[in-house]
Amino acid sequence: MSSVLYDVPGPKARRVSLIGSIIGVIVIGGLLVLAVMTLAQQGIFDPKRWAVFQLPEVWALIAAGIGATLAAAAVAAVIAFPLGLLLCLLRISDNAWVRVPTRVVLEFLRGMPVVLMMLFVLLVFATSSFVAVVAGLVLYNSAIFAEIIRAGVQSLPKGQREAGLAIGLTSFQSRLTIELPQAIRRMLPSLVAQLVVLLKDTSLGYIVAYGELLRAVQVMADFLGPQYLFPVFFVAAAIYIAIDLAVSRLAIWLERRGSKRAAGGVAHVPVAGIPAAK
Amino acid sequence: MDVIIENLPQYWDGFLRTLFLSLVSGIIALIFGTVLAAARVSPVAALRGFSMVYVEIVRNTPLTIAFFFAAVVLPRLGVTFQQFEVAAIIALSAYTAAFIAEAVRSGVNSVPVGQAEAARSIGMKFSQVLSLIILPQALRTVIPPLINILIALVKNSSVAGAFYVLELFGQGKQLANANGDAVMWVLVGVAFFYLLITIPLGYLASVVERKVAIAR
Repeated sequence: MSSVLYDVPGPKARRVSLIGSIIGVIVIGGLLVLAVMTLAQQGIFDPKRWAVFQLPEVWALIAAGIGATLAAAAVAAVIAFPLGLLLCLLRISDNAWVRVPTRVVLEFLRGMPVVLMMLFVLLVFATSSFVAVVAGLVLYNSAIFAEIIRAGVQSLPKGQREAGLAIGLTSFQSRLTIELPQAIRRMLPSLVAQLVVLLKDTSLGYIVAYGELLRAVQVMADFLGPQYLFPVFFVAAAIYIAIDLAVSRLAIWLERRGSKRAAGGVAHVPVAGIPAAK
Repeated sequence: MDVIIENLPQYWDGFLRTLFLSLVSGIIALIFGTVLAAARVSPVAALRGFSMVYVEIVRNTPLTIAFFFAAVVLPRLGVTFQQFEVAAIIALSAYTAAFIAEAVRSGVNSVPVGQAEAARSIGMKFSQVLSLIILPQALRTVIPPLINILIALVKNSSVAGAFYVLELFGQGKQLANANGDAVMWVLVGVAFFYLLITIPLGYLASVVERKVAIAR
């Protein structure tokens, strides 16, 4: 592999880089060994500690945690997407009386921590923690979806809307039948990337005592004893990261596929005011 | 309304702590993230691999897990600290660095190829090409996304409130417990102080974005 940033390494550079790599691997490996030894000293690798995974109850709890995580994410995503679409339509409306207030609301929603919204819904409306988690995720992510779709609409060539209006569609019809379908298709990778963020944010449910995966870990550690915290945490974190990685891969795959198939390719518009990823 | 005014000292304390957490983690993350991005484009395969694996894993780790690891698991492993702020800073900067690395890398890719070719043709080494030619231009184009990452960092620092740090969210939680009858206003106050940081930063990002767009 060559790069424009450096010349193809010659024999001397290759040797230096090889030696450097070996030293780096040794250092990282040494740190890992040190960590493992520290852990081993505390008896973390004592088979007895990992024997908890023989208990079906532990797996049942983990499964329940995953179920709760996925349920909150799925419900939130299903509500947030149409809501985001609606907010986007309001945000790009021709009527300033609609557009400006929507903009204020969107700025407000985007500027607040998700966990604060969850706590707000939980305490002020005295809902169950599931409703609080879903509501917090919906409020925040619908605002982000709206901004992503808006960026998609703005990335379209002007002629699309002009042509729509020229053949006698109303402004709303042009948005709905011509601009939005293209915008959504172009922004599909960003939308899926935001889904990953949504899925990750379900872990904030831990803070409002929603029984998601991390809370299940905590419950197990409290119930079985603190010595089991590490093994259970380790497994739960691995599961969480594996799920998120899988969805991220999906986003990357969609982007590659999209840039081949979608007319005009997939847009790479920097979305104003939106963290590219959270 | 009165709740907010009565408890202004607590809010202010939390606000300052949020600013402190964001600032320290932000600076660490900017440095670490840039180093990761440099490693990602370097000629040394081991550095590239390490950077790639780190970014890929950390970006897909929920922040709460990072915090749980830093605040609950690390102390059990013998890494102890006097204050939980340290745990929060570890979690936040390690997490944010991955996003900064991705942003800076995309900035490096956006610098025209001719720049690096010209630099190499006058005999610069990789370290010179990167530090004198590519990174200064790359950082300029990625300022808006970087600001957005910092906004996310400010908001993410709220998770610290659940891990024994009395920053804005943590103070808000305490005040909400103490003032059961005025929970709504307590939390509106917290939201106000967050918006005080995030909205000006967001405005700054869009202004810079417009400037950069004209410059290129």
